[in-house]
Amino acid sequence: MTSFQAVIQLVYVIAAACFVMGLHLMNSPATARRGNQVSTAGMVIAIAATLVLLIHDGTVKPIGWALLIVGTLLGSAVGLYSARTVKMTAMPQLVSMFNAVGGGAAALVGAYDYIHTEPLAGGVLGTTTVATLLDVIIGSVTFSGSLIAAGKLQGVIGGQPIIFRGSRLVNIVLGVVMVGAAVFMLTTASLPALLVIALAALVFGVLMVLPIGGADMPVVISLLNAFTGTAVAMAGIVINNWALIVAGALVGASGGILTKLMADAMNRSLANIIIGGFGTGDTASVVAGPGGDAQVRSIQADDAAIQLAYASKVIIVPGYGLAAAQAQHAVAELANVLEARGVEVSYAIHPVAGRMPGHMNVLLAEANVPYPQLKEMDEINPEFPRADVALVIGANDVTNPAARRPGSAISGMPILDVDKAKSIIVVKRSMGHGYAGIDNELYVDPKTSMFFSDAKGALTELTAAVKTLVA
Amino acid sequence: MSTALVTDLAIFVLALLVGIEVIGKVPATLHTPLMSAANSIHGIVLAGALLIGLTAGGVVGYLLAFVASFFAAANVVGGYVVTGRMLKMFRRKAPAAPPAPAKVAVAAGASSDTGNGRRPS
Repeated sequence: MTSFQAVIQLVYVIAAACFVMGLHLMNSPATARRGNQVSTAGMVIAIAATLVLLIHDGTVKPIGWALLIVGTLLGSAVGLYSARTVKMTAMPQLVSMFNAVGGGAAALVGAYDYIHTEPLAGGVLGTTTVATLLDVIIGSVTFSGSLIAAGKLQGVIGGQPIIFRGSRLVNIVLGVVMVGAAVFMLTTASLPALLVIALAALVFGVLMVLPIGGADMPVVISLLNAFTGTAVAMAGIVINNWALIVAGALVGASGGILTKLMADAMNRSLANIIIGGFGTGDTASVVAGPGGDAQVRSIQADDAAIQLAYASKVIIVPGYGLAAAQAQHAVAELANVLEARGVEVSYAIHPVAGRMPGHMNVLLAEANVPYPQLKEMDEINPEFPRADVALVIGANDVTNPAARRPGSAISGMPILDVDKAKSIIVVKRSMGHGYAGIDNELYVDPKTSMFFSDAKGALTELTAAVKTLVA
Repeated sequence: MSTALVTDLAIFVLALLVGIEVIGKVPATLHTPLMSAANSIHGIVLAGALLIGLTAGGVVGYLLAFVASFFAAANVVGGYVVTGRMLKMFRRKAPAAPPAPAKVAVAAGASSDTGNGRRPS
């Protein structure tokens, strides 16, 4: 390593430190924006150092410069446009697309290094082959898998699990091909083998995500995010670049943690999500809840409004149904009216209330809900007994007390303790089942009133009704 | 095993541990911006894409350099912009009837909540 290269490598260390600082500042909404700025600064430093290296080296040909500059500018324009115009409800798709291009770029960097070193004297270094293989495999799987995930989230591809006969066999064959070719490449440098591996990995990525249902997307996106990070770190090892290694490892850690949190919150193991669709094999687990034919009490807007308006503490429990109905602004409006009357309002947010980790918080923040009102599950659960009314909108399985007992499809799943509130109002279109396909015992609780309506209409009605009441 | 590889692996493992430590403290409220921020950070692969240019000579090399830099640039620019956009929406207080300038809310938040991370309950 020349002293010039050493200086550049140290600059990369500074950039990596900025990334860590940036992520650290994200531990509070108050400092998170500064965190993003610190992280951006690190990125600018790293890219500037890279450009200095390229100019100093002087071996980049004019056509190379032209292609790099045009590619970067075009990519920046596309990224900038999509980031500026994306709707907050479409955020999971965008994150998925960024995972795809990040993983794809990492795979290309690894592949290029292999193509470049293979014909050189001495051939491919045995030491980086493993990293190259991991980079190309993980990057390719992420690329195709994330494209499919984005397609599912966008509705281009059906959200239902797509399973065809023999898909498992195809996966096994692909796995064998990849491992076989990889082992072969450890002893023999072979470009065709690398291409076979890349192709097999691309097909594998598609087949991995296709059978996964739309509701499992929070886990899949987190997992693909971890994959992208790992692929970038491997690319860093291949080209011996510390900035890539540190950044990739950080993203790998972040994606890994979120994957685990999401899988736990859905009460499913990662293997279960990847291997089989939900409900397959769980059919025998329908438990007769206490009082199978208990009465459901229904309520009208006026009565519900009175309950809400004269409460001292209301906890709103939003689920994905709320976001799907684009009702986050309507719920914020209702909360404002209640707060103006002196009611204490907070939101109980389950980790999987959305299509990606923390999605519901972003949607509510967009509707100008102040973040101190957004409470995590562990924080809000002890507060339910003190709540006069819990207003459940578009959430189902995450409020089902059956999860506390063994023997049901959702047993052991962490839930919001909605049933401990003094009274409960559930806004729901019909008595239909949630994602787990089981009855929600909350709905037959004597404290519960059902307000049958769509989320947006119900909230507008409630807001209007509360406004007519004299404070 | 070369020294460079051993160094690289050590850096990888240590960074992974730092990541677990730092990211474990991020509240669930910020998980979407966190993932988006992580997304922009892996846009550093743009550096790797640009470095292809150092040795690229043939059609294949140029093509890979072009596609990789396109992908990575979309990743890094889009990631940072959208993360900033999201974080701007997190306000401590609801803005007054006409949306108040975001700066006020952020300044208020920063002054009273700089301490040990978690937002006050």
